[in-house]
Amino acid sequence: MGFLDRMSTVVQAKMNKIMNKIEDPRETLDVSYEKQLQLLQNVKRGVAEVATSKKRLELQKAKLQVSLDKLDGQAKEALQVGREDLARRALESKAALQAQSATLDLQIADLAEQQQKLTAAESRLATKVESFRTKKETIKAQYSAADAQVKITESVTGISEEMADVGMAVQRAEEKTENMRARSAALDELLESGTLTDYSGSDDVDRELAKVKAQSSVESMLAKMKEEIKK
Amino acid sequence: MIIRILGDGQFRLDDNLLDRVNKIDNQIVNHVSQGNKAEYSKDLANLISTVKELASPLDPVEIVPSDIIIPPSDLSFEEARRVFCGDGLIKG
Repeated sequence: MGFLDRMSTVVQAKMNKIMNKIEDPRETLDVSYEKQLQLLQNVKRGVAEVATSKKRLELQKAKLQVSLDKLDGQAKEALQVGREDLARRALESKAALQAQSATLDLQIADLAEQQQKLTAAESRLATKVESFRTKKETIKAQYSAADAQVKITESVTGISEEMADVGMAVQRAEEKTENMRARSAALDELLESGTLTDYSGSDDVDRELAKVKAQSSVESMLAKMKEEIKK
Repeated sequence: MIIRILGDGQFRLDDNLLDRVNKIDNQIVNHVSQGNKAEYSKDLANLISTVKELASPLDPVEIVPSDIIIPPSDLSFEEARRVFCGDGLIKG
């Protein structure tokens, strides 16, 4: 059995769940329509969820960028006062954070793709649901029970496949955002508790730099006073 | 014939072009059974881009069942294995 046949079986199983077995075929139309409207709401929620997760990652990325800029500035300052050791430490931390930042970029791109796909799926489903609604009224009004059965099966099968597809897409998107949420919560905690800044060692570098600067200003004040006393 | 790419909607493909799709399908079966992850990802991407290139998107107003269903482009190797084991793509 080919891979694609297997996929059809998977989708068919989903469709059967959606369709169930309803005695009155005309009722099938209304029940299916209700389910379609529910699914549309679900997709909308899914799109919003993905957008929120993406926003969150973008905020984290901005925070990381602040840390990166700070480390860069520290490295420059350290070099200016001749402390290559401090500059090296700052740059090492910067490299570590850059790796985090690259991972965030990938995740943001992934979510952007999900968002775009789900939005397209939502619009396709909305069009189909509207088309189904028109069809359902026509079938109810114009066909005898026997003819209606064929028409109903046709359109309910078609729409159920769409619903299985969109339902799976929403579920996959939810799983993805859930995974990312866990990871991004961990990173948030690091950023907020300051562990990351400790880990990046930037506070250490700050202290050292302040000491070096204080020392040099003490030296220059001393020199100035000595000059004045000599006069 | 009508092809659905999960997550991407439906497409209409000329029946004559089915052989090309089937050929890649068979390759994917081989990759999954042989545990060849890299080739699996390559051929899944190849399958999807081939269909998108040869077929034309179906007007969403049309409500018709598909003849062939293609997995979503981000179906992982592990998920593909589960499809073969009959556990389905997603539980429930």
